[in-house]
Amino acid sequence: MEIVYQVFVLILAIFVGFELIRKVPATLHTPLMSGANAISGITLVGAIVAAGIREEPTLSKYLGAAAVAFATINVVGGYMVTNRMLAMFKKKEGGRK
Amino acid sequence: MEIFVNSSYIVATVLFIFGLKLLGHPGTARKGNMLSSLGMLVAVVVTLVANGIVDYTWIAIGFVVGGIIGALAARMVAMTAMPEMVALFNGFGGLASLLLGWAAVESGLSAFVLVTIFLSILIGGTTFTGSLLAYGKLSEKVTGRPVQFVGQRFVNAALLIAILVSGVLFAMEPTNPVWLYIVVGLAALLGILAVLPIGGADMPVVISLLNSYSGIAAAAAGFAIENNILIVAGSLVGASGIILTQIMCKAMNRSLSNVLFSGFGKVSKSAQKIEGEVKPLSADDAYYVLEAATSVLVVPGYGMAVAQAQHAVKELQELLEANGAEVNYGIHAVAGRMPGHMNVLLAEADVSYDLLLEMDQVNPRMETYDVAIVIGANDVVNPAAREMEGSPIYGMPVINVDQARTVFVLKRSMASGFAGVDNPLFFKENTRMVFGDAKETLNTLIRAFGD
Repeated sequence: MEIVYQVFVLILAIFVGFELIRKVPATLHTPLMSGANAISGITLVGAIVAAGIREEPTLSKYLGAAAVAFATINVVGGYMVTNRMLAMFKKKEGGRK
Repeated sequence: MEIFVNSSYIVATVLFIFGLKLLGHPGTARKGNMLSSLGMLVAVVVTLVANGIVDYTWIAIGFVVGGIIGALAARMVAMTAMPEMVALFNGFGGLASLLLGWAAVESGLSAFVLVTIFLSILIGGTTFTGSLLAYGKLSEKVTGRPVQFVGQRFVNAALLIAILVSGVLFAMEPTNPVWLYIVVGLAALLGILAVLPIGGADMPVVISLLNSYSGIAAAAAGFAIENNILIVAGSLVGASGIILTQIMCKAMNRSLSNVLFSGFGKVSKSAQKIEGEVKPLSADDAYYVLEAATSVLVVPGYGMAVAQAQHAVKELQELLEANGAEVNYGIHAVAGRMPGHMNVLLAEADVSYDLLLEMDQVNPRMETYDVAIVIGANDVVNPAAREMEGSPIYGMPVINVDQARTVFVLKRSMASGFAGVDNPLFFKENTRMVFGDAKETLNTLIRAFGD
């Protein structure tokens, strides 16, 4: 039954994703992509559990630790470049003629 | 405790969804990004404090290493290098999903969980190597031309079968690491073979698609470790990435499968000869034409990014406006190497985004522009897309600059664009070629206005 619920969640999330992006001006395609890319770093949550759920050193733990590092690059880098790009878009609004 | 964790995940999900929604409008985009990062923070913090974590050593090490690398990379990357940076980040996200799927392997798992582990490793690995190769192609460390070899289809088919077989073997005997290594290796190979035949000009589509894959990989990993937030956030990204990819494909009038599998159509010998001659013009002479113009359209392409000419363009725009001319920018949806690449560069140079017009807005009034200045764009302004049926880009919607009264093409040489297609625009009666580095040329024009 658990699986059915998860698939249910999956399907709904896919529809929300489709609807959210349908009408976005081309100007924002890059920030949108890199912002969405940062969200895909959500793997970090799973990686944290894998790296810290047990005391004893196992292969899973080290794999989890590596996953934490890579997912963190994805998350931190992704949000920061997105913000950098959007800051440029924003700056002009005040100075527009 | 589980209730608390899951409720916080709901909050995080809502923040992600609102974040993505706000990202879709220029005015609210920055707030959207903040909300989305807040959602990430909530999810991470709650996982750290309330999910039965007993050992923080390796988590802390991972945070510090990843955080420093990510922050430095994000801060130091030049705006012109943004496409490859996004590709690289995306690749790391895929790698994280691969590692997470791997870490979830243990004995006594159900068949369903094993399949999702297999998928997260496969998609994560493909995303990783595919993104790395895309990074190489974009930063020109690897040739940007589509690489195709005899029997490519056969190799790909064999690879797919091998992946399925090793997946089955892995599911039957999950604790035998050999099968796992084979799956990882084949996934890596798949990513490379999938991106190799795709040319540099199609990279916006590839990046957007790989972005979608990294989301799907995260969702698969979510099934593997039974974590709802991974499923939700991953599939959100997966779905939005696919929509964005479709928008890109539509802008090129090609189907997704055409982009992915055909390389770029072979350049067939066109029956139509390109007629006319190339008429070069010096930058100083171009100035006199611009001085008399009352409406100017600037059409930038990848060449503007290479020459780092966006600031010079903005300067010229101000001078033209001071001279009483109206200046617009015509942005093709696939100009550059990333969706919306030109918009980002011009935003960096402080060009107001209401001056940036899309193709559908500029084409109907093209005749009213006195001068169209093409800066480092080629394929997206190629009239062959309308006129020459044999051309590989025939049918692709382009910006019809050749219908403006005068066209200036700022270009280094007569070399053809990424698609390797000749451009009849250069031979048109109303076209003047201004050869040289785009930035140099623009600076000469700016100086001429100063005098």
